Amino acid sequence: MPDRPMPVFPEPDTEAYWEATKENKLLYQQCNACQAVVFTPRAHCTKCGSVDLKTLESKGEGAVYTYSVVRQNRQPAFAEMGAYSVAYIDLDEGFRMLSSVVGVEDPTKDISVGMRVKVDFEEQDSSEYRVPVFRPA
Amino acid sequence: MTTQKRRAAIVGIYEWPKRKDPDVSGMQIKAQSIKHALDDAGLDWSDVDAVYDAGDGEGAGMANIVQYLGLRPNVIDTTQVGGSSYEFHAAHAVRAIEEGKCQVAVLSYGSKAATQRIPIGTGGGRAGGSWATNMEAPYGMTLIANYAMVANRHMAQYGTTSEQLAEISVATRHHAMRNPQAVQAMHDLGVQGVADLTIDDVMSSRMIADPLHLLECCLVTDGGGAVIIASPEVAARAKKKPVWILGTGESMSYVTNDGDITVSAAAQSAPTAFQQAGVSASEMDIAMIYDSFSITVAVMLEDLGFCKKGEVGSYLEGGRLRYDNPGGPALNTDGGGLSSNHPGMRGIFLLLEAARQLRGESTSQVPDAKLAVAHGNGGFLGSLHSGGTVVLAAD
Repeated sequence: MPDRPMPVFPEPDTEAYWEATKENKLLYQQCNACQAVVFTPRAHCTKCGSVDLKTLESKGEGAVYTYSVVRQNRQPAFAEMGAYSVAYIDLDEGFRMLSSVVGVEDPTKDISVGMRVKVDFEEQDSSEYRVPVFRPA
Repeated sequence: MTTQKRRAAIVGIYEWPKRKDPDVSGMQIKAQSIKHALDDAGLDWSDVDAVYDAGDGEGAGMANIVQYLGLRPNVIDTTQVGGSSYEFHAAHAVRAIEEGKCQVAVLSYGSKAATQRIPIGTGGGRAGGSWATNMEAPYGMTLIANYAMVANRHMAQYGTTSEQLAEISVATRHHAMRNPQAVQAMHDLGVQGVADLTIDDVMSSRMIADPLHLLECCLVTDGGGAVIIASPEVAARAKKKPVWILGTGESMSYVTNDGDITVSAAAQSAPTAFQQAGVSASEMDIAMIYDSFSITVAVMLEDLGFCKKGEVGSYLEGGRLRYDNPGGPALNTDGGGLSSNHPGMRGIFLLLEAARQLRGESTSQVPDAKLAVAHGNGGFLGSLHSGGTVVLAAD
């Protein structure tokens, strides 16, 4: 199976997030000025504009907010996958991320909105970055 | 200088201090410059209600700076004419402020031309990752899967069914069959079964990305068109009866940590447009709603105010949106993107068919049509998308 398309660097907003995946860590941010949870990673708070953010590690537990199943994608990276899911996952810490629910027999039947999931880090052949995906909890 | 009208004023400024700054991105320069300029003005992040952007900064497609910043402006303008874009933005901001559409406009610029060694003047960004693509690329989210995620959430939240969404495909196909250009288009494009559709036809068409079927997805066509908009003075001497623009609204929406994906940008742009027009959705004879997919129309019918959020499923039942059904507005009477015309960005055709209806020239004419709303969607409904609402009227 070919690797998934990987992030491209240098890119200062997302660099630390991806570095952390090498150690199976899922990072998010919180604003020290207004307490808003910030995701996808930025250098500023999307609620108040402050640059005073802290980075935190998520426990990786959450629920499927919504999903779909791509029945066929001819792009080389995905062509061999057959039917696969894309999903927005709501992590318990209060952020929503795009990912995929894996480890199910039939993605067209075995995934549901609200289902509890836990993060897993999928290793790639040609990169040390690991792609965060989610498995039924 | 004492007699000239004070139209609008620069109240905050900031210049990025460094001229060689390898570790920041153009997007970060923009976001942080905006914050500094707001501080200079004594204004808050949440005061901003207009964003002007020339697409500079890495991966800056479709004004995604709005999502990057985390703002929800009422005016979005991406005029890009090279280096003078910012003077154009200033001119446009003054007009928008004078019209009463906004009060606090941000203009910003960010570039790494030195570090990235971009030849200035080619206007090209380097290929590679951005703040957005780096978080999406590994997952293979297709366009249709993106829209499908909105449908699945709507179904889970409200019990909406595919059969109900299919009514949209059935109605637009019925209108397309009455439009000779649409019939020709479907033949030329090799559509199987150029005829009216039943709900069963839609449900048994191939599943593309759950829960959206093939017949819930728009055609891909060649095509285009043009619109002339003129002053009342010019309209008085134009050949045909004028189609007045009474109200407009703009917005962008995107996925957030706590947002409702079933609520689209229309929920912000439509109230602005209807309020300016002094009319409400219930008075509309025609609804030209961007039909890239069935779900696009469905959420927008709710957000435009034709029915309550969550209730579009039952609203759609029984062919309410057919041109000859008096129980609701006529939807996409040209046949829509679903069955007539969608070369990639369909918004202009919404204005064209609304104008035909209000002139009495449509192939599925609503008798005595007086009011129409055209709502365009751009981008990805399940992530970053734009909404533009235009309310039109015949004398």
